[in-house]
Amino acid sequence: MEIDLSRPILARNDQLASRNRERLEAAGVFALDVLASPGAGKTTTILATAALLRDRYRIAVIEGDIASKVDAEKVKAHGIPAVQINTGGACHLEADMISRALDALPLADLDLVIVENVGNLVCPTEFDLGQGARIVILSVPEGDDKPLKYPQIFALADAIVLNKYDTMHVFDFDEAAFRDAVRHLNGGAPIFPISAKTGEGVEAWVAWLSERVDSARDGGLQT
Amino acid sequence: MHEMGITAEVLSAVNDAAVKAGAVRVNLVRLTIGGLTAIMPDALQFAWEAMTPGTLSEGAVLEVREVGARSRCLECATEWEHDQYDRLCPSCGSFACEVLAGNELRIDDVDVDLPETT
Ligand SMILES: Nc1nc2c(ncn2[C@@H]2O[C@H](COP(=O)(O)OP(=O)(O)OP(=O)(O)O)[C@@H](O)[C@H]2O)c(=O)[nH]1
Ligand SMILES: [Mg+2]
Ligand SMILES: [Zn+2]
Repeated sequence: MEIDLSRPILARNDQLASRNRERLEAAGVFALDVLASPGAGKTTTILATAALLRDRYRIAVIEGDIASKVDAEKVKAHGIPAVQINTGGACHLEADMISRALDALPLADLDLVIVENVGNLVCPTEFDLGQGARIVILSVPEGDDKPLKYPQIFALADAIVLNKYDTMHVFDFDEAAFRDAVRHLNGGAPIFPISAKTGEGVEAWVAWLSERVDSARDGGLQT
Repeated sequence: MHEMGITAEVLSAVNDAAVKAGAVRVNLVRLTIGGLTAIMPDALQFAWEAMTPGTLSEGAVLEVREVGARSRCLECATEWEHDQYDRLCPSCGSFACEVLAGNELRIDDVDVDLPETT
């Protein structure tokens, strides 16, 4: 006997992600999913972002790692509330993990939740978390050819941060080639060259983010 | 990369459907996987063979239909097929394009055996 299922394989994750999204929207909280390779500078960029925005918004961070609490401790040391998720081997975060992390956060008292996904340019793309936007951070030492090797993550990003821009003179990073490859995948996403270390360029990136946090907050107030 | 997790989702959906139908065995499972996803059909087959023994789906054939990527330009309405790397409209160069196919990760249907009625 044939049984017609016609359902997304990840239906369970998609449902939980929608529930997360509704919850965040109702609370007027903007959630940002940060994707990048290991060591690209996710935590450093999150800290540089929070440093500029903490007087304006109430911020919390969800740290996803296969193991360890190192990143959450680092964020907490800067006085920003952080929840650590250990995926126990999984190479990406899933919506149910975010749902549990949201349970641990005072959503009514927050404006912005930044999610540091597990360092990986492949796997997180299929898993909606309920985020308001997704960004990819590529760091200069990784090379300008990464959009050609990991197209889907660059195609799905709402914005792209080019980090470690202070090291441009050390690496043969062809910025024009990088921008061209990204444009062929995703003409809509702005590219923000930054140095999370020196703070160069961070303001332009933060302005983009602030617009979205503001509109999420207005949406939450109306409901 | 995460084909084990994907396969676990497929297996639980298929076994649930089989139990609900009162089936004694699953013979065939059909999936559609889009070319823009990061899922490798070979790795799915491998995971399927590793995870099905001892379940209703033991011995079932996993049939994976791969579909290529196709988009439509929102500016000039051109529809075209493309690879993973170039999603600009070939006619007008616009990047305002809608992916029509290529992102699928879908369970289509399942063939099961019901108990023999005597
Ligand atoms: N020169 C330079 N170094 C940076 C910059 N941003 C981060 N780093 C360094 O890069 C290393 C990794 O930074 P992290 O922020 O821990 O990177 P991550 O992506 O969070 O790493 P994982 O969470 O382990 O995947 C650290 O030694 C940072 O000091 C930058 O803009 N310039
Ligand atoms: Mg980190
Ligand atoms: Zn066109």
